[in-house]
Amino acid sequence: MIIPVEWTPIVVIAGKEFWDRIRNRWVLAIALVFAVFALVIAYFGAAQQGTVGFRGMDVTIASLVSLVIYLTPLIALILGYDTIVGERERGSLELLLSLPITPLELLLGKYLGLAGALTCSTLAGFGLAGIALIWKLGGKAIAPYVGFMGSALLLGLVFLSIALLVSTLARDRVRASGIAIALWFFYVLVYDLLLLGILVLSESRFNLSFFPILLFLNPADLFRILNIFGLEEVRKFYGLATIMPAGLASPWLLSGAMVLWIIAPLSIAAWRFKSGVKSE
Amino acid sequence: MSNNVISNNVIEMRDVAKYFGDTRAVDGVDLTVQTGELFGLIGHNGAGKTTLFKMLLGLLPPTRGEIRIAGQPAHGEAFRQVRRGIGYLPESLALYDNLSGLETLCFFARLKGADSATCKPLLNKLGLGDAAHRWVRGYSKGMRQRLGFAQALLGSPRLLFLDEPTNGLDPQGIREFYQILRELQQQGVTVVLSSHILAEIQLRVDRLALMRTGKIQALGTVHELREALNLPLDFQLTLRPGAATLLQQALAKQLSATLQLDGEIAHVRCPRLHKMVILRILTALNDVIMDLHIREPSLEDVFLGYSDAAQ
Repeated sequence: MIIPVEWTPIVVIAGKEFWDRIRNRWVLAIALVFAVFALVIAYFGAAQQGTVGFRGMDVTIASLVSLVIYLTPLIALILGYDTIVGERERGSLELLLSLPITPLELLLGKYLGLAGALTCSTLAGFGLAGIALIWKLGGKAIAPYVGFMGSALLLGLVFLSIALLVSTLARDRVRASGIAIALWFFYVLVYDLLLLGILVLSESRFNLSFFPILLFLNPADLFRILNIFGLEEVRKFYGLATIMPAGLASPWLLSGAMVLWIIAPLSIAAWRFKSGVKSE
Repeated sequence: MSNNVISNNVIEMRDVAKYFGDTRAVDGVDLTVQTGELFGLIGHNGAGKTTLFKMLLGLLPPTRGEIRIAGQPAHGEAFRQVRRGIGYLPESLALYDNLSGLETLCFFARLKGADSATCKPLLNKLGLGDAAHRWVRGYSKGMRQRLGFAQALLGSPRLLFLDEPTNGLDPQGIREFYQILRELQQQGVTVVLSSHILAEIQLRVDRLALMRTGKIQALGTVHELREALNLPLDFQLTLRPGAATLLQQALAKQLSATLQLDGEIAHVRCPRLHKMVILRILTALNDVIMDLHIREPSLEDVFLGYSDAAQ
């Protein structure tokens, strides 16, 4: 089935969302947060080992991955949770949907506009930090750093998509924010602990070949694996990620899985949003 | 738009109902509105007016029944084209506080595919020219309502749905609002508006429907509604002192007339049909009646009459 989509309303909605975030300095603020955190972590990341200062790119990226895995999903969820439910609660959604625009177009426009804002922040923030790092560590470090930035962006876009799904399904803003925070806890903190717990409790009694598949069900894990498998030096520090068979650790496969993680929540949101308007 | 627009009925509703669980928000509405008509929807809050508007806009599918706007069913991809010719002002209007009036209007213009160059003149027309570059956050209720109305007028719609449009407007604003509606009507624009303020709408609409608990209780021109309900006329008389008994005797044979005395003031109520009979009796008493007013039932009476009759 081909769903007819017109681009003009999508671009208009996306433009408004994007410029709203530029005007209220959201993009600037988040870019600064990323840049400052990245530089601080790059410099002080090895403080536990008794040294400070810029080290190799591998170790730096490993530290940055830990930062991004907490920060980016949270920022993306906060950016997106209010999008639909907020307009519904204030009453502006009704007027929007009375115009020649379909729910799908509205949703896509919202997503693209917010994704644009998040992309600007991520690229500007980590880009700025990256320039400083590469100036210190030399040009050889560019490729892994660009890879890290790309995957950080993908991670943000995944959680933005999840946020829009939450925003479409939730009955009110309070619920939406609660669900968003709960999802952050689950994916970022609980999921890995749960897997490790099962791993330890099972004491090798079960066939654990399905375990790598479980990692695909958490975009935060995908992001971690995507970054550390390229980094020989740091792979040994990570428990869970090292059970990943090399065949499943292909960057293309992992990136593809993350793209699916962007498409799936948005698709569900579009499907539910249509019927959501009808049963209102 | 399709050729169907030229057909006389812009809106056709057949046995339309909308249930929310056990609540019958709209319950079997049949209604046609003709091109160029200024149509009023009257009812208390919760009578089903807003639900009716949402169904006409295709925002809510009816539980049963059929709705056609400009000959098209009010849903699906074909309806998008029809929607371009519809302007809508919702009852609870929410705008974006972080945009200026002009930016708000231009945003909606682009979504509707209307020319952005028309935004500034439209704001001027609605008396918001000076506030065009101010944030909507600082707008008063009346200014927001004007901006919402401007939004509905974008793209020269052929059909306007205005849900409680004069909400928050001052008397001057209300006059200007109807002035604009009349201009639009002369251009052949069809307008459906709702209100619970009857005095305001009474002299201004061509036809109206009285809604109550999801049903249309009465439909027609103000005149037709009055005739249909046959509300009594009210003769208000100022009598000379001591003339009350004379009046009582004169009216004794007219069983359909009721007399109510309040000092020197007397009220005689009678069915419309007996108007001339009563007038003749009263004329004969011209020595004792100093003054006489005949009060026709207003739409307010009609409205209350229907509400009472239904209870």
